[in-house]
Amino acid sequence: MASIDAALLDFQRLDRLAAGTSALHRLDPRAKVLVVLVFLVSVISFGRYQVSALVPFFVFPAALIGLADLPAGYLARKVALLCPFALVVGVFNPLLDTDIQLYLGPVAISGGWLSFASILVRTLLTVSAALILLATTGFPAICRALEQLGMPKVFAVQLLFLYRYLFVLAEEGGRAARARELRSFGTKGQGVSSYSSLIATLLLKTWLRAERIHMAMLARGFTGAFQIRQNYRFGRAELLYLCGWSALFILLRLTNPAELLGSLVTGLFS
Amino acid sequence: MSHHIVAVKNLRHVYPDGTEALRDVSFRIHHGESVAIIGANGAGKSTLLLHLNGYLAPTSGEIQIGDFPLNKGTLPQIRRTVGMVFQDPDDQLFMPTVYDDVAFGPLNLGLSGGDLDRCVIEALERVGARHLVEKAPYHLSGGEKRRVAVATVLSMSPDILVLDEPTNGLDPYSRRQLIALLKEFRHTRIFTSHDLDMVLDLCERTIVLKDGEVRADGPTLEIFQDRELLEECRLEKPLSLQGCPVCGTRR
Amino acid sequence: MHMADALLSPAVGGSMWAASAGAIAYSSAKVRRELDDRKVPLMGVLGAFLFAAQMINFSIPGTGSSGHLGGGLLLAILLGPHAAFLTIASVLIVQALFFADGGLLALGCNIFNMGFFPAFVVYPFIYRNLAGSCPGRGRETWVTVLCAVIGLQLGPFAVVLETVASGIAELPFGTFLLLMLPIHLAIGVVEGVVTAAIVSFVRKARPEILEPAATAAPAGGVWPLRRVLLGFLLLAVVTGGVVSAFASKDPDGLEWAIARITGGSELKARGALHQSLARLQDTVALFPEYDFRSSALKPEPAAAPRAERPLSVHPGTSLAGMIGSLAVLLLVVASGLFLKKRNLRKAYGIH
Repeated sequence: MASIDAALLDFQRLDRLAAGTSALHRLDPRAKVLVVLVFLVSVISFGRYQVSALVPFFVFPAALIGLADLPAGYLARKVALLCPFALVVGVFNPLLDTDIQLYLGPVAISGGWLSFASILVRTLLTVSAALILLATTGFPAICRALEQLGMPKVFAVQLLFLYRYLFVLAEEGGRAARARELRSFGTKGQGVSSYSSLIATLLLKTWLRAERIHMAMLARGFTGAFQIRQNYRFGRAELLYLCGWSALFILLRLTNPAELLGSLVTGLFS
Repeated sequence: MSHHIVAVKNLRHVYPDGTEALRDVSFRIHHGESVAIIGANGAGKSTLLLHLNGYLAPTSGEIQIGDFPLNKGTLPQIRRTVGMVFQDPDDQLFMPTVYDDVAFGPLNLGLSGGDLDRCVIEALERVGARHLVEKAPYHLSGGEKRRVAVATVLSMSPDILVLDEPTNGLDPYSRRQLIALLKEFRHTRIFTSHDLDMVLDLCERTIVLKDGEVRADGPTLEIFQDRELLEECRLEKPLSLQGCPVCGTRR
Repeated sequence: MHMADALLSPAVGGSMWAASAGAIAYSSAKVRRELDDRKVPLMGVLGAFLFAAQMINFSIPGTGSSGHLGGGLLLAILLGPHAAFLTIASVLIVQALFFADGGLLALGCNIFNMGFFPAFVVYPFIYRNLAGSCPGRGRETWVTVLCAVIGLQLGPFAVVLETVASGIAELPFGTFLLLMLPIHLAIGVVEGVVTAAIVSFVRKARPEILEPAATAAPAGGVWPLRRVLLGFLLLAVVTGGVVSAFASKDPDGLEWAIARITGGSELKARGALHQSLARLQDTVALFPEYDFRSSALKPEPAAAPRAERPLSVHPGTSLAGMIGSLAVLLLVVASGLFLKKRNLRKAYGIH
């Protein structure tokens, strides 16, 4: 199944970005997680018709992409592909909210279009922030950060295990799906019944694997307590990073530099 | 030097569904020996290995590892003594990085800080995988995975190494590398494998299992010369002992 | 039916985060107390299994479309409620990070919608009661289908509630509900059929797998705690919904309702609205720096829409906003490029 293989490759590419060595990659993951949290709260706390005030927030993804030397085109393509649900729901806004909110010269713009644009910008911002967090930190480090920030250990271990076996099982599932596709000639044989037994077989194999892993853990002295190694330090750089970005987000939340700049420009011309 | 001995006496194992995987198995392996356990699929090799570190409990019979008989009380000690490398390294390497994986056993043994670091690095150096320490297991090649899997066991400094199909699925070069590595070890070693050429390289002694019983037990070369025995047990002479297909001469 | 960050108000997102975090903490404590260390790798690998299973599609006969397994109910049947909830939550977190399904703030909603309902509502209250301890094949099938349908109606219902309570999307409650529920009715039936088939396959091949979850019947003491938790979570949801509805949705919802009530005279109503807005605009024009001050005065996020609505009507302001946005965007891109260049230079030792 080409689509599964492609998805996996894409997944691995994103995963490998976290192996970067920039200063940003080396920061304590807690700082990065917290900054993204402040960013997200600031972005979604804006009103529904707000577009221009949201735009300056793009400074965060742009700066991070620059600092961490991430492939901007690749991330942009991913972001663009990843926001269907919000847009499907948002696309009704222009139809339902036709009150005129704004005039751009002779063109009247309704509240629905404004709020639709706002949803679009929010989606771009929130999705890119999540991807960049992942690309600069890596999933295991995020789990460790969350554990240090108070997430229950059982759940942290669950996340680490899940992540470890994602690739293994996705490949196994992909192989099974390919075998089914090669023998099903078009859509026949791709139905619910063959799907169910395929998934059930995969489930049984997974179960056996879990038993073998448990064996391997016992063989190495596992007694129920799971150790998670923590080797990060929340130092001055982290504090600076956290406070700097948070202050900027709060400032951007309270003022609207885009509009101020615009007023300045239009003021110069008029 | 009795503490590196593996003694199995009249071992029998019946699975919950009624399958009798082991009927009556007895053998004794001494300190420093390198022994292969071979046999057809379903002969009971894996079931036998799972008894050696107490994952399965015998239906009847006895197992003695070193000075201890295997029972609930001695289990932690025995799991420390017997290092087991599983067939699929993906089952063995379950932590997010190679370091965490190699450190898993020592951490459970109570090591920490500098001791832990030293122990992990030493184990990785012995298998020539020092450079992989911060890598994630799913980014390793098959051969690298296998060597790291061996390191996860070495880090607990076991006396006895048990390896299930170690060369399974490796390319010829990685296979060679692994065999050379395993040759260096001075531990008591127990292998199961279908790779009879590897057995010939590594083990002076071979135990042949058939339908849950020991069919033969003796020097490897002798067993591999016995054509009838091999055929009966659905095995074949190693390629290196067979005639050359081009010139037709026998070794 | 992933909820998305962009449609979410902070109040709703925050309450749902709290609810899901609470449920995760509770489930973690439960799983830890069970002390079944086999579950540690099992939950992790089953999470990965669910992830892989969702990548494989089947074709739905007669429609030309395809679907995949949701898996919440299946995991609950295999693992029991607490472990299943943690497993589903972990899968959703990975999806939120790697595929940005929904987003990080909407994660609270998504974990709740797709994990809490199947694991803590449908499975213990409906599935267990109807299926009993050893159901026949026919009974097991229809109970599973019924439970899958109920679970897949509760989830989207919650999505609608959360969206409407957040008030970012304009879709009215009834319409949205009518859009979501029938689609998910069909999805639920298919999910149920697939889940039932998988469960019966597993029962035939490895019956012992299904035993522990079924025999580990909740003791009498467990129920009150569970009820308390359920009550607490529902309370959180309702509070979040009500608070945010009042905070952010109120002005528009009211206007919309008023326009509806005046019915046929919709035009007139709109005219009146325009007049009042125009009046407001005059007031605003007296305070050129209105935006700055109003936001500064009302930093609490939920109150923001009130202030912006009249403001954005001002043509001059909006033009300024537009131009300013473009300029900022250009600056942002330029700075990003600059940083990147600098990095490259550093890497290659060029100055």
